[in-house]
Amino acid sequence: MLDATRFTPLPPAAGIGYKPQHFAALMQDPGSVKWLEIHAENYMGDGGRPLAQLRHLAERFAISVHGVGLSIGGETPLDPDHLARLKHLCDWLQPASFSEHLAWSTHDSAFLNDLLPLPYTDATLTRVGDHIDQLQEVLGRQMLLENPSSYLAFAESTWSEPDFLREIARRTGCGLLLDVNNVFVSATNLGFEPRAYVDAYPLDLVQEIHLGGHDEDEDDHGRPLLIDSHGAEIVDPVWALYDYTLAQGGARPTLIEWDNDVPDFPVLEAEAARAAKHLQQVPA
Amino acid sequence: MSVDQTQFRTAMLDPALPVPNGLTDALGAPAGARFNVYRNNVAVSLTEAMEAAFPVILKLVGEEFFRAMAGVYLRIHPPKSPLMMHYGDAFPGFLEGFEPAQHLGYLPDIARLELAMRESYHAADGTPTEPAVLQSLPPDRLMTARIILAPALRLVRSKWPIHGIWAFNMQGAPQPQMQGQDVLITRPDFDPVLTPLPDGGAAFIIALQQGQSFGTALGLATAQAANFDLTTTLGTLISGAAITKISEG
Repeated sequence: MLDATRFTPLPPAAGIGYKPQHFAALMQDPGSVKWLEIHAENYMGDGGRPLAQLRHLAERFAISVHGVGLSIGGETPLDPDHLARLKHLCDWLQPASFSEHLAWSTHDSAFLNDLLPLPYTDATLTRVGDHIDQLQEVLGRQMLLENPSSYLAFAESTWSEPDFLREIARRTGCGLLLDVNNVFVSATNLGFEPRAYVDAYPLDLVQEIHLGGHDEDEDDHGRPLLIDSHGAEIVDPVWALYDYTLAQGGARPTLIEWDNDVPDFPVLEAEAARAAKHLQQVPA
Repeated sequence: MSVDQTQFRTAMLDPALPVPNGLTDALGAPAGARFNVYRNNVAVSLTEAMEAAFPVILKLVGEEFFRAMAGVYLRIHPPKSPLMMHYGDAFPGFLEGFEPAQHLGYLPDIARLELAMRESYHAADGTPTEPAVLQSLPPDRLMTARIILAPALRLVRSKWPIHGIWAFNMQGAPQPQMQGQDVLITRPDFDPVLTPLPDGGAAFIIALQQGQSFGTALGLATAQAANFDLTTTLGTLISGAAITKISEG
């Protein structure tokens, strides 16, 4: 059985996605930043600065390992080499959390470096469930699965996204990661009510929340199309949806994601401080 | 109507193809330009990865040319692994056959140099031997000893002045003279350091990498260049923390 209590969990506080340019600032004065998330694939080299920095950071911060390359939703089997690399990283680092995405990125041996969408069907459910079973067995730990940001829908889908994620978690025993910005982006793009999505989401299974910025565009019909860019400040409607989520489900470790046009540390720390303030207002 | 990942991937990498049927917007109408978000994400993220990996080539050809070239490359050579630190390993070969860049004959070797620097950056750590160990070894024992080099050491040989081109573009050094250069990459700390090798230096390094004795390596180097500068070459290895072991017997 997967023992979810074997690892010290992430604190119910604010963390940031780690960027190497912030190493010195974090080691000197992290401010409101209480934990860090790293992209697993950036720490799969053999040595050098990335691993040296990570070893230092892991002595001071709880670390969440966030995979962006396993292609859990892929139609082809999981890459055994990549599974082995993930296991190696988790074995030596012993992170507080491991998470991946409800998405695919590899097909016909080509890795497309993006999180691509899935139809929510029984066949997808079986496949994703099998892949998560396999991953959790290899890692010997529970993983968290993250909801995607969507720009389009599949005509063949028969499940709603929250129900689909709930069912995967029920079958595999995985936990969930709720990206509140992704909910807002998908709700705008696919025309649903974001609070209804949060209401339908199994918040008791959520062990981490993501917040990030998005860009605004429009589709062929002039309707708003939001792009999950991770390259800007979090907008007020997303903060409001975050508050709503906390009020429904309670405080959760909350990550500020800023992967493109990365700002100086104080800007990121200010976003983390804002999330920390929201977290402190949640009744225990 | 279902869309499998082969259809999705094929349409994503070829903007001339129609958007697969079965992808819709919020109202059930065809997804249309929404599909381009994925096309754009893939092209932009891979192009940015190429720009980060090949800053000298970016500077040499300019952003507009580089992006157009990366757009061609990424469709022929999408990544084979989720480790983006390896992406671009087919770029030198691609550049050799890329018609619009044929007038810049040195580009493939510059790409090899930049790939080697990135390999060095991510290579395993090594513990350097104290210079005193080397200095205190009697000459006869040194000649039969084998020098073990650090995992982060790389050698790139070229008929072009690749170190000069790199230094001109990245460090504001004077315009390079037309001559071939062999470049040694060492990693004394975390950042790779580039040093042009003297004549015979590459033969010396290659012999050491192959596990030849110090004496044999020296013989091969001087056979190639009678004036081989051993002191300078050893100095480069020592200051680059590139000698991890001196193995006798």
